[in-house]
Amino acid sequence: MKNTITRRKFLATVGLGAGAAALAACGAPTAAAPAKGPAGAPATASGKLEIFSWWTNGGEVDGLNAMYDIYKKSYPGVEIINAAIAGGSGAGGNAKAVLKTRMLGGDPPDSFQVHLGRELIDTWAVADKMENLNDLYKSEGWNDSFPPGVIALASDKGNAYSVPVNIHRSNVIWYNTKLFGQIGQNAAPATWDEYFSIAEKLKAKGIPMAAMSGSGAGFQGHEFENIALATLGYDGYMGLFSGATSWGDAKIKSSFETLKKMLDYSVPNYAALDWGATDPLVVEGKAASDIMGDWTNGFYKSKNFTDWGWAPAPGTKGIFLALSDSFGLPKGVKNKDNVINWLKLCGSKAGQDAFNPLKGSIPARKDADLSKYDSYQKQAISDFATNKIAGSIVHGAAAKESFVNDYNNVIAEFVTTKDVAGAHQKLVDAAKVAGYK
Amino acid sequence: MNLAISRPAVQAKPRVKPSRDMLMAVLVLIPSIVAVAVFIYSFIGWTIWISAVNWNSSIPDFTFVALQNWRIMLENSRFLTDLRNLAMYAFGFIAQCLVFGFLLAAFLDQQIKGESIFRTIFIFPFAVSAIVTGVAWKWIMRPDAGLNLLLDGAGLGAFKSLWYSHPTFGVMFITIAASWQFVGYIMALYLAGLRGISNEVREAAMIDGCGQVTLYRHIIIPMLSGITFTAIVLTGMGAIRAFDIIAAMSGSGQAFSTDTLALHMFEQTFLADRYSLSAVIGAVMIIISSVLVVPYLISTRKEVEQ
Repeated sequence: MKNTITRRKFLATVGLGAGAAALAACGAPTAAAPAKGPAGAPATASGKLEIFSWWTNGGEVDGLNAMYDIYKKSYPGVEIINAAIAGGSGAGGNAKAVLKTRMLGGDPPDSFQVHLGRELIDTWAVADKMENLNDLYKSEGWNDSFPPGVIALASDKGNAYSVPVNIHRSNVIWYNTKLFGQIGQNAAPATWDEYFSIAEKLKAKGIPMAAMSGSGAGFQGHEFENIALATLGYDGYMGLFSGATSWGDAKIKSSFETLKKMLDYSVPNYAALDWGATDPLVVEGKAASDIMGDWTNGFYKSKNFTDWGWAPAPGTKGIFLALSDSFGLPKGVKNKDNVINWLKLCGSKAGQDAFNPLKGSIPARKDADLSKYDSYQKQAISDFATNKIAGSIVHGAAAKESFVNDYNNVIAEFVTTKDVAGAHQKLVDAAKVAGYK
Repeated sequence: MNLAISRPAVQAKPRVKPSRDMLMAVLVLIPSIVAVAVFIYSFIGWTIWISAVNWNSSIPDFTFVALQNWRIMLENSRFLTDLRNLAMYAFGFIAQCLVFGFLLAAFLDQQIKGESIFRTIFIFPFAVSAIVTGVAWKWIMRPDAGLNLLLDGAGLGAFKSLWYSHPTFGVMFITIAASWQFVGYIMALYLAGLRGISNEVREAAMIDGCGQVTLYRHIIIPMLSGITFTAIVLTGMGAIRAFDIIAAMSGSGQAFSTDTLALHMFEQTFLADRYSLSAVIGAVMIIISSVLVVPYLISTRKEVEQ
């Protein structure tokens, strides 16, 4: 018998594995080098500034770089380290995982991108990982420049913990005007009834109404929150998180029914598609519409796609379902003064008007320079100022991350099982765990 | 199992007083014993401890809750799907690796021309990272591309499949990619085993009128049972910790049809901040692994004692 050989091989494999693990550990982001000298006088700020985000492609990078350029002009002595990792949002977010290991390991980046709202508060602020930014808000006059709803999302018990740089709208239906034109339709559906009557007409022509994703979690939850917002209305939706509305409400159940019906009018191969595959379907003419956030505007631009129209998602006119990216100051960072300067830039008019036109979002401030924005953004800016603001679940604004995870899982399963009662019960259970009614 | 037939018996030594050698041996071993104790066993203990406390938010909470997290997990439909997926994945992965690994090794053992070229070709996928394997096979098996386009082109549209996005058996298709990568290694194990069987055994069997099939079925395969055992342990462990290839290929899949314990644990930890619940998943993975490893250790230990 050659068991000795096999055992040696076995041990060799184990050794290999351990070696690989050690290598992987070496590859992990190491601690930022200590700041060179005291960063005392602001004019001669030096040292480093590490900015962590999940902005790695297209307009997001351009926007981030535009802010870096302004920062470098003001503080030429500071070296900016761009610690961006692809894949932040949605299920399996790599960037968030890296961020968590660094934060828990006592090696926070100098400042990091975080969704404004419960993600910021319940994950980081309550765990005492963030510095209170009230003084900065006061000295920069931000209490007047940001809308109160945005400040509320950035705050816990009256203390602000991060600086919002942008606002995205997530309740938008994007449609292909050519496909809609084939059935003589020239506007987006204003209600779900209208949505399905258009969908029926398109189906007769063999065109799927909805871009859909069945693989992985996140997209389905995005559709569901749009449906729930339309079904419950603004007050009903907000009540889900304040305790005024029960998750057991019959309207939640009928939201599941609507999502189920939507699947009948979706692209046939949606089971294999993940979130990122949905936007291209409308561009390629494979689906007539997509209920998606307004980063889609940026995507269309990058594809030079012009045959599109948009409207608030069916039944959500007058409501702005929002999410926002922000930056904060983690406790125990090495380059605190440099971070404060970075946060000042993030919250400034100059910073926001440099970042947002490129990123495709709108500024969180009330005083944007409208000339810098495209026609969609101008309308979004005006809607943001006049509409009721609700927070998105999937995008971290309305609910804490553990609930978002459960919520996404339940709805991802539902898209396959189509079991309305079962999914509703699971969602109610998840809400109970999260402390909702 | 008659594993020790050809092994010289270790002679029982009379007990001796600790010598300089012994002292040196102990001194040299201490660092690795400490390292193993700290980095493996203490962390296993820590994981099990965390699974019994109430740390399910971003704020550490060490309130002892006994089996509460285990109960929550056992009612979690995603977790149960993961266990089902593990069973399917392990079955598919182990069976393919063993069968094809052995067939390739038997093929190479026929003194064929250019053996070293074939051997290199077969073992080559093992040098490819699981991420690369996953991405490549994702392109091959994408329902709207790769194989399905080929089948369409060849007029065999009836054989098109959803591949890894099948809502029930998606995970089985992933084992094809995983086995493709690992089968060369199993082949190398078997080849070493086959080379270790002396020609006398084969000749003796032939003289007794034994055919090729009988030779393999009744003589060679039983003689390689130790290697088969090792291969099962290796592939079984691979199945339990499956993460990278699936993350690259399909993610959790439709309704978690390709989800694994490791993917689920990752999300519970890093996306949902539920450290205690993910510790339960970790502990379950340890328990399943030990079901595989402990018999292996016992068998090798017996072998040493004999």
